[in-house]
Amino acid sequence: MKVLSKVYCFFIYLFLYAPIVVLIVFSFNDSTTMSRSVWSGFSFKWYGQLFSDRLIMQALGNTILIAVVAAVVSTILGTAAAIGINSLKRWPRRLVMNITNLPMVNPEIVTGVSMMLLFVIAVRAINTSLGIGSIMIAHITFCLPYVILSVKPKLSQMDQNLYEAALDLGYRPSQAFLKVVFPEIIPGIVTGMIMAFTLSIDDFIISYFTSGTTQTLPIYIYSMTRKRISPEINALSTLLFAIVLVLLLIVNLRKEKENKEILHEEEEP
Amino acid sequence: MEKKAMIELQNIEVSFDGEQILKNFNLRILDGEFVTLLGPSGCGKTTTLRIIGGFTNPDSGNVYFDGKRINDLPPYKREVNTIFQKYALFPHLNVYENVAFGMRAHKKSEKEIKKTVHEMLDLVNLHGFSHRNVNQLSGGQQQRVAIARALANSPKVLLLDEPLSALDMKLRKDMQNELKKIQQQTGITFLFVTHDQEEALSMSDVVVVMDKGEIQQIGTPQDIYNEPKNAFVADFIGESNILDGIMREDYLVEFFGHKFRCVDKGFKTNEPVDVVIRPEDIDVVKPDEAALSGIVTSVTFKGVHYEIIVDVKGFKWMIQSTDFTAEGEHIGLKIGPDDIHIMHKSEYSGTFGDYSTFSDEMEEDLQTPLSSLEEGEK
Repeated sequence: MKVLSKVYCFFIYLFLYAPIVVLIVFSFNDSTTMSRSVWSGFSFKWYGQLFSDRLIMQALGNTILIAVVAAVVSTILGTAAAIGINSLKRWPRRLVMNITNLPMVNPEIVTGVSMMLLFVIAVRAINTSLGIGSIMIAHITFCLPYVILSVKPKLSQMDQNLYEAALDLGYRPSQAFLKVVFPEIIPGIVTGMIMAFTLSIDDFIISYFTSGTTQTLPIYIYSMTRKRISPEINALSTLLFAIVLVLLLIVNLRKEKENKEILHEEEEP
Repeated sequence: MEKKAMIELQNIEVSFDGEQILKNFNLRILDGEFVTLLGPSGCGKTTTLRIIGGFTNPDSGNVYFDGKRINDLPPYKREVNTIFQKYALFPHLNVYENVAFGMRAHKKSEKEIKKTVHEMLDLVNLHGFSHRNVNQLSGGQQQRVAIARALANSPKVLLLDEPLSALDMKLRKDMQNELKKIQQQTGITFLFVTHDQEEALSMSDVVVVMDKGEIQQIGTPQDIYNEPKNAFVADFIGESNILDGIMREDYLVEFFGHKFRCVDKGFKTNEPVDVVIRPEDIDVVKPDEAALSGIVTSVTFKGVHYEIIVDVKGFKWMIQSTDFTAEGEHIGLKIGPDDIHIMHKSEYSGTFGDYSTFSDEMEEDLQTPLSSLEEGEK
């Protein structure tokens, strides 16, 4: 039985990761025929072409700019929201949390289409067009619940009297927050920000509907597959995969570390 | 010369979600006193503390501090410091920085901060703990850091919200002495909240007994114990046998069909009253030597004394005696005039029954199956 379960697991992971492995391997393929299925030696040439491609570099620049703006803004808004939600009474808090969580389970295509409709109406009203601005707004919006979800537990775990103790000892509310509450919830804020950055970088569907003519990396890759099939795509996708993988690892390691700290504190009262 | 009132609460009313927490609450706390608010959970004692600390605003009424009305003064401007139930030490700061926290808020010089922090740590016997992480300290040590932190701001009044409830019994006794000592050394007014009557009696100058958002009695620990105002106070502070009686004339009360001499007067002739007799005041004698006698239904060894439950005409009395009495024995209960305390009837009369059960909850549980059985028979 043990052997069988190992074999079973092997196949599960094979099917899960085989496509990505193939992608990564072929991103180093030294092919001249542009064929994607014949191995003809190791090379970095597609990576080289990638970085000399002006359009790709522009898309990369857009993606990073959008991700940074989305991460920073959604972290600020999300943290403020989490603080507000946390101080609500029980029932309103539950209600607001459910409303907040809804967009996360909402099909992305629905979010994308509805945002496009809203933005189209909005840009007509202020006489402009869809572009990097509308993508940023969209990304900030869909990152918000994730930030709230990673900051709020930190707030509810915190001793509610800490803030009052700081007031009691003579700090004004704003200083009391910075001196006492902020250091307590900073791990949640950082995790939330990395999450937002990751989600923003690899988002395709919502960006596709709200981008107008602006290119982001995922959109560019999609458009490449429609025009011509170039191994450049492999290299680009590999890079994207690597970035997201690293970010996710950071998030998970941080969570792991926190859990260990909690266990540690419980062991040593 | 009369001492001045440090804190005065006038006609305070507070309710949360339609539930009234404090009803027309009035309290004067004099400078330098150790005052304890004592009552069961939900009686409004913590709310009273939060009003003085500035964390809860009363719906109506006035809060005076040193003669000035401070209703609208935010917590950070009040010369009052609080010790919270779970200490609320700042986990990201070490012991030194925790104690220095309040002084930094008040922009004291680094030299002054250093001097005061060390003074405070000496006061609470934590010399040499400056650089420890507060999470690594034991409960009692954390408690003492919290005291040092609050006192470092040299408040005029220190508010303590059940600060000892998380400590084990021995440590608690030590901390009680420690707190009492600190209060006497510093002369700061202490307002202490607890639900532990023993703690209240052993530490305080004045005890305020509260229930259902109202003050039941204010007095010295001796007053509260010896002269409880109503059945609630008598039952909450220590053990008491509370009986129905009739005041026949001054110094003469009748209960269980017998007249007893007592030391109370000033009641109306034939006024129904509550009679309190403390278990340790009753002497066990031979049945023919006392007016009251009954059968012992249970005996529990408590270390210092035996706790004897006696059935006298269906009413279960509690007696505390150092002499052993066997279960089933027929004994007399000798009660002297000094042992009897007479109280006016109150809303609490009759709510505390005899010693068939110790808690109200158990009493209800015992009564329900009986009544439901009766209904079933019909």
